[in-house]
Amino acid sequence: MRRPQIRILPVAALAAVALLAGCSKTGGDAAGASTIKVGEFASLTGKEATFGTSSHEGTLLAVEEVNAAGGVLGKKLQLVYEDNRSTPGESLTIAKKLINNDKVIAILGEVASGRSLEVAPFAQQSHIPQISPSSTNPAVTQVGDYIFRVCFIDPFQGKLLAAFARNTLKVKKVALFSDVAAPYSVGLAKFFKEAWLTGGGELVSEVKYTGGDKDFKAQLTVIKNAGAEAIMIPGYYNDVGLIVAQARQLGITVPMFGGDGWEAPELIQIAGAENLANTFYSTHFSPTSTDPLAQKFVAAYKAKFNGKVPDAMAALGYDSVMVLVDAIKRAGTTDEPQLRDAIAATKDFPGATGITTLDANRDASKSAVIITVKDGQFHYLETVAP
Amino acid sequence: MTELLQQLINGLALGAIYALIALGYTMVYGVLRFINFAHSDVFMIGAFAGYFLARALPGGSVYAGLAVLLGAMAICALLGVIIEKLAYRPLRGRSTLTVLITAIGVSLLLQNLGQRIFGPNPRSFPALFPVHQFHFGGVVLSSAQIVVFVVAMVLLFALRHIVLHTRIGTAMRALSFNPVAASLVGINNDRVISFTFALGSALAAAGGILYASNYPSIDPLMGTLPGMKAFVAAVLGGIGNIAGAALGGLALGLVETAVVAFGGSTYRDAVAFAVLILILLLRPEGLLGKRTVEKV
Repeated sequence: MRRPQIRILPVAALAAVALLAGCSKTGGDAAGASTIKVGEFASLTGKEATFGTSSHEGTLLAVEEVNAAGGVLGKKLQLVYEDNRSTPGESLTIAKKLINNDKVIAILGEVASGRSLEVAPFAQQSHIPQISPSSTNPAVTQVGDYIFRVCFIDPFQGKLLAAFARNTLKVKKVALFSDVAAPYSVGLAKFFKEAWLTGGGELVSEVKYTGGDKDFKAQLTVIKNAGAEAIMIPGYYNDVGLIVAQARQLGITVPMFGGDGWEAPELIQIAGAENLANTFYSTHFSPTSTDPLAQKFVAAYKAKFNGKVPDAMAALGYDSVMVLVDAIKRAGTTDEPQLRDAIAATKDFPGATGITTLDANRDASKSAVIITVKDGQFHYLETVAP
Repeated sequence: MTELLQQLINGLALGAIYALIALGYTMVYGVLRFINFAHSDVFMIGAFAGYFLARALPGGSVYAGLAVLLGAMAICALLGVIIEKLAYRPLRGRSTLTVLITAIGVSLLLQNLGQRIFGPNPRSFPALFPVHQFHFGGVVLSSAQIVVFVVAMVLLFALRHIVLHTRIGTAMRALSFNPVAASLVGINNDRVISFTFALGSALAAAGGILYASNYPSIDPLMGTLPGMKAFVAAVLGGIGNIAGAALGGLALGLVETAVVAFGGSTYRDAVAFAVLILILLLRPEGLLGKRTVEKV
């Protein structure tokens, strides 16, 4: 009874492989005629799901608007996206599938620098442009000339946070509490530290945590006793929420601040509204901006997503599509290297997050906003020009 | 001085949670001689059961908090019995390795079912007990930390009492000594093993809820790291030894906190697992375990 079964198995497997290979090939060709496929990998679930979802919604809105206006080069945009569950190791698999099987012409993603960096070498090697909406670590675009981003980078964010601590918070002694497991956090901590020390500030304590940790009291006790007047936490909202709550429990009342990794409504749920008094973060966009393009984006986003107010990640997701579409139009083709050259030549492009110009390092230089949390709400505080 | 005291409190509070989870590991091991790796995922289910119960009940008072705690413990006790019946009972009498690998399978199943049912996104856990901070000089102690400590101690002594001074406890010890002989003198092995799993899983639920009320962000993978740390604690104290698990938990909490306090915050987890390796090398029976000679 057993033998025939064993013989059938490899044959069936081979047939399945042949069938699959056949499918993707014909599918790709047929779709290639009428649509332009754009790939996206995003953290739609898991630790940074809030970021990934916002960014993805902005992306969807942009694709919808482009198609409603007749598409690009006479073809509709087709977004092929997949979730990496915010875990390391998934993104590259997704990117390989998007590029090899779906034959996308460009790939959008990710929010987290660590996961953008997983994909970048493969996109570079395949000569497929990758546009990251909101990875701020400088290493991302240093991978090669096919990797772009539409947001500012951490040296700028580190510098502006140092200036903010010095001029607005008016403190001299700062403690730095960063996540060793996130390239974003390590990078931002480094650039903040450089700018802070060159500006004559004093770093009284420098401690680390690992993303996903739950207990931060030991580190916070060290910080408390070092006499810090403010704490810089360049992390993601999940950890930051717990850190802020535990710091207040330990009687630490000094201001705490960080970068765009803070921006999520979950921050308020996890930390508790009263604990977040006297906290600040820098980010790319404020929905209260008076810029007409920003206002148009906010209105369209609210209409599409049941009145949800867009955050910076949503606006950057939107802009990543718009910058790509603008480049396709200017290149007049989706072939390489013409498309890559057109993206690299992006200059003074008006989007939801302001004017985007890509510099020689394929990074966008644009202004940042500082947000403060008051009574469980995010409030716009000031804009910092590059 | 205040810093030292504060770190001591931080370390003990963290250690009490490890101890609480380690109790469940060590008890199942003590009776059945196998590590139930699904324990850390029952811990997660416990936290989620608490989350949903707390939303259904009006919260904020001590009684509501206790009701949620007991409710989640009951749910997980039932889950423990079901897991034992479906996954481990069919393997009774097979080699320990088979059961161990099955336990890892059950652990992965629970994690992925959790992601499917609860969704993989972290949720914020509501405050079950009234929250208050006590200040003594510069030292701060929170009510949540006190609750953890008290519950861990109460459960430790309750467990010791059950194992040492009740009929079912005597049966558990008899079973751990020699299952064949135990069944010969009229002990219903299946019932005793079911009871052991119910008890262990209820402990995991208590651990999950107390962990979540201290660190109010829960997700389906939350059990992995504390579960591994608790396993280290159980081995450190001498696996199978109830007092040893509590001692191991407290010791591990203090070691981790000390590492951070002396400036090594990057190496906190590395040190915890280095402790496991060192213990296995130098004193494999653990702090309170008895040295046994394996007869070949």
